[in-house]
Amino acid sequence: MNYFGKDLATLHDDLLNKKITVVDLVQQTFDNIDKTDPKIGAFLALNKEAALKKAAEIDAAGVDADNVLSGIPLAIKDNIVTKGLTTTAASKMLENFKPIYDATVVEKLAALGTVNVGKTNMDEFAMGGSTENSAFKITKNAWDQDRVPGGSSGGSAAAVASGQVIAALGSDTGGSIRQPAAFNGIVGMKPTYGRISRWGLIAFASSLDEIGPMTRTVKDNATLLSALAGHDGHDLTSSTQEVPDFAAELNDTTSVKGMKIGLPTEFLGEGVDEGVKAAILAAADKYRELGATVEEVSLPHNKYGVAAYYIIASSEASSNLQRFDGIRYGYRADDVTNLEDVYVKSRSEGFGDEVKRRIMLGTFSLSAGFYDAYFKKAAQVRTLIIDDFKAVLKDHDFIMGPVTPTTAFKIGDEISDPMTMYMNDILTIPVNLAGLPGLSLPAGQVAGLPVGMQLIGRPFDESTLYKAGYVFEQATDYHNQTPSLGGQA
Amino acid sequence: MASRIDQDQVKHVAGLAKLELKDNQVDYFTKQLDDIIGLFETLDEVKTDNIEPTSSVSDQLNVMREDVADNWGQRGALLANAPESENGYIKVPAIIDESEDE
Amino acid sequence: MNFETTIGLEVHVELKTNSKIFSPSPVEFGDDPNANTNVIDWGYPGVLPTTNKGVVESGIKAALALHAKVEQQTHFDRKNYFYPDNPKAYQISQSDKPLAHDGWIEVDVDGTKKKIGIAEMHIEEDAGKNTHERDYSYVDLNRQGTPLIEIVSKPEIASPDEAYAYLEALRQRIQFTGISDVKMEEGSMRVDVNISVRPVGQTEFGTKTELKNLNSFNYVRKGLAFEEQRQQRVLMSGGEIQQETRRYDEASGQTILMRVKEGSDDYRYFPEPDLPALQISDDWINDINASMPEMPGKRRDRYVNELGITDYDAMVLTQTKEMSDFFDETVALGADPKMAANYLQGDVNAFLNDKQVDLQDTDLTPANLAGMINLINDGTISTKMAKKVFKAITEGQEPKAFVEEKGLVQLSDPAQLQPIIDGVLADNQQSVEDFNNGKDRAVGFLVGQIMKQTHGKANPKVVNQLLMASLKK
Ligand SMILES: [Mg+2]
Ligand SMILES: [Zn+2]
Repeated sequence: MNYFGKDLATLHDDLLNKKITVVDLVQQTFDNIDKTDPKIGAFLALNKEAALKKAAEIDAAGVDADNVLSGIPLAIKDNIVTKGLTTTAASKMLENFKPIYDATVVEKLAALGTVNVGKTNMDEFAMGGSTENSAFKITKNAWDQDRVPGGSSGGSAAAVASGQVIAALGSDTGGSIRQPAAFNGIVGMKPTYGRISRWGLIAFASSLDEIGPMTRTVKDNATLLSALAGHDGHDLTSSTQEVPDFAAELNDTTSVKGMKIGLPTEFLGEGVDEGVKAAILAAADKYRELGATVEEVSLPHNKYGVAAYYIIASSEASSNLQRFDGIRYGYRADDVTNLEDVYVKSRSEGFGDEVKRRIMLGTFSLSAGFYDAYFKKAAQVRTLIIDDFKAVLKDHDFIMGPVTPTTAFKIGDEISDPMTMYMNDILTIPVNLAGLPGLSLPAGQVAGLPVGMQLIGRPFDESTLYKAGYVFEQATDYHNQTPSLGGQA
Repeated sequence: MASRIDQDQVKHVAGLAKLELKDNQVDYFTKQLDDIIGLFETLDEVKTDNIEPTSSVSDQLNVMREDVADNWGQRGALLANAPESENGYIKVPAIIDESEDE
Repeated sequence: MNFETTIGLEVHVELKTNSKIFSPSPVEFGDDPNANTNVIDWGYPGVLPTTNKGVVESGIKAALALHAKVEQQTHFDRKNYFYPDNPKAYQISQSDKPLAHDGWIEVDVDGTKKKIGIAEMHIEEDAGKNTHERDYSYVDLNRQGTPLIEIVSKPEIASPDEAYAYLEALRQRIQFTGISDVKMEEGSMRVDVNISVRPVGQTEFGTKTELKNLNSFNYVRKGLAFEEQRQQRVLMSGGEIQQETRRYDEASGQTILMRVKEGSDDYRYFPEPDLPALQISDDWINDINASMPEMPGKRRDRYVNELGITDYDAMVLTQTKEMSDFFDETVALGADPKMAANYLQGDVNAFLNDKQVDLQDTDLTPANLAGMINLINDGTISTKMAKKVFKAITEGQEPKAFVEEKGLVQLSDPAQLQPIIDGVLADNQQSVEDFNNGKDRAVGFLVGQIMKQTHGKANPKVVNQLLMASLKK
């Protein structure tokens, strides 16, 4: 079976009413993945044995009536460590790496009775926006298998969009949840920085990384965020802010009435596809119809976001990825006779080109004589970008705009041109720099490909984004559209 | 356009990062890095005098752990994951330069 | 040509906390390799550090002991370099805003007092240990993450003797805070030194060299003295000093070139994004200050001015906090300060040297030492008997009970002693006669006879009084 047209609430009812057992649900999920994944390529590892064992345990204990996640199969991005289950971050460096501990999010989900069906493909170490940088396979867009699913959480997005799972975890450092969600017509949330513990997330850029849920509907997304969020003693940067029951707040389809929405001029500027622009303007009209005010605002430093981001993210990455040295775990090159060879050969053979590029950019930006001109300058520009958002969000409930300048591009089209690839992130990156929550949800199509709308909120105000997303979803039909992929029932 | 990073600098940076570039790679990495560093330099347009740099957006300040010891008992599993180990030590091919730092 | 010397010292002090600075693994030495390590210590994918509050507290204690200003808004930075004992290939340290800055300590070189400035001190993690063999190296990460304080002097040390005095004073003050054992031989104190010389009158510093393998304060002094001379000779013969690292050879007392430094290292420091910044409040500093033990200088003044101890004795007693605390407690229990000081410097030190133990690891207690001194003072035991009692108290025995059990009580009662004296006089009439004839020597013989009859228990003072009175009758 696939998950088209289903949500957590209906699945939960089916499980509670014994229309289907958890074991059957999990088994059918794997059957469908076996059938569809040769076409999609979403998964790097499947967790069949352990998943079926856990499913049987839940059946034996009974599905928890008060917990909609009880017995629900989910997929996890492969940069989130899972004890005993190969976790590679799509890198040759970790090809056979079996973690010896679970990420906090994995522990939390397991405790709630979800069933981990497997690990999804991604750009190596989450560096990229097309999943073409995976060392192992290319994942296809659920809507058009000649196109990329986006990235870096391309596997998770394609798995949800193609109906393989109802939800998956992604991570977002510069748009890696929101962009693939947009390219695949699903809902993706990058929560406020610190909302979810990073313990067990293989670090790309520590001050930007955030785990988040990817789902078919806004409400399911909200349910998962509540399950994942909260302070964690293992991650001192994780917030102690209270975690609302986000899904419980979603029932009022008029809740944007009286809200003030900012639409940044810069988000509809040069480089943004006309079709994408039209879809966002139509969404703005929909919000006006629903009783909100939408007005043009400005984020003057937005255009410097990409440059600041690639300096900061690459600098942090260059340091975070130094631990992959062939000594304690992971890949060690053969035929090495001295330490220098262990380092240089293991790293040169274990990392792909995009990772090397970022490591070199970061090393350069931090190196003696360049720190002030690059790293420090970027960190100062980051402050200005934060200030821009603060100014707008002071008197606007949230900001809306497109997630990406274009819809999904063709596999192979941009991979050889890092600069073009980097510029695709211009609308998502500033949100990471500012640590704000950003929600991506379907807002139409251009030439049969989904367009994503991005809602950006105040720190820790995911509630408003979910409410606004839910209202829009209820007022439109985009979330019910599914790709014409082989295998639908 | 004047280049912002040359081949020698690229090799130097690769050396710091313990990466080895083959000759043909030096060419294209230098070109790509030069383009991207050109993008970085657009930041020069922004006036940042007296602007504090932001290095974290966490809302947490002053969070610390109490000084209580807890051995997680992971020794065996850690050693089992090491490419080479012997008598409880991680084993690595000879270190030639003995310079240590702290 | 006259030269002046500039010495800089970087001292690393290992802290005695329960857990590591960024992971809860125990801080323990001597266990099996990698026994006290976890995924954090190994720099596993996905792990994050957590700051140990006890380390920050120890750091503040050290800052207060060194008269340094605590930086109230501080954070950690990463120092990047590859080495097998450095699992993340970065050390979490502080560079931009060290925990404290601008401190000083007073040193005394041949009676001349001088304040030496401390530029900064910060907290950071220690690395693991590598053992090198022919074709392989072996890595033990037990020490990885042990908390360190790094203390950097200002370039105000002008001679090897001053360097020695600085290290002594630094060790002593840190030792008194109780945050570290500060023992070079055990590696809980490690010293990096650099030295340069320049002709008097030259404003810029000379080129400095760095010395390695200095395993005691004495070697630091000797190594610096050799290097000072060597640099002067090079300059006088028209040569140039190279920026280089040299190792001290203990056997020959010379420094030997290890390598010439080419440019400076590039550690690519940047703020640690995984740890929240620290904000250290006045209240916290005040609380720690209130709990700080009295520092050695204050104690010395008190011993000299209030207890009548000599300068020298006061200095010896304040070598370690344990000794000084022991002395204070002994005196508080009523022991004569002078006697307590003498016993600690004499018998106690001899005992510690003989057994190669630290005071706190013995069964000696201030109560038992005070008890023994009081027994001597009230005449219960003689100083000779005290030798036996001392041995007993080193084994943890209570002195009064021991003295009674062994019948060591001195015979001081005249009613018991007089008959014995009378008997001895009756049996030795010749000696009595000799005494009357002015031969004082006879007294010694008679005392000896009395002691013999009492098996040495007679109180010599009382015997003398009674004997003289009897003879003069
Ligand atoms: Mg240092
Ligand atoms: Zn250090």
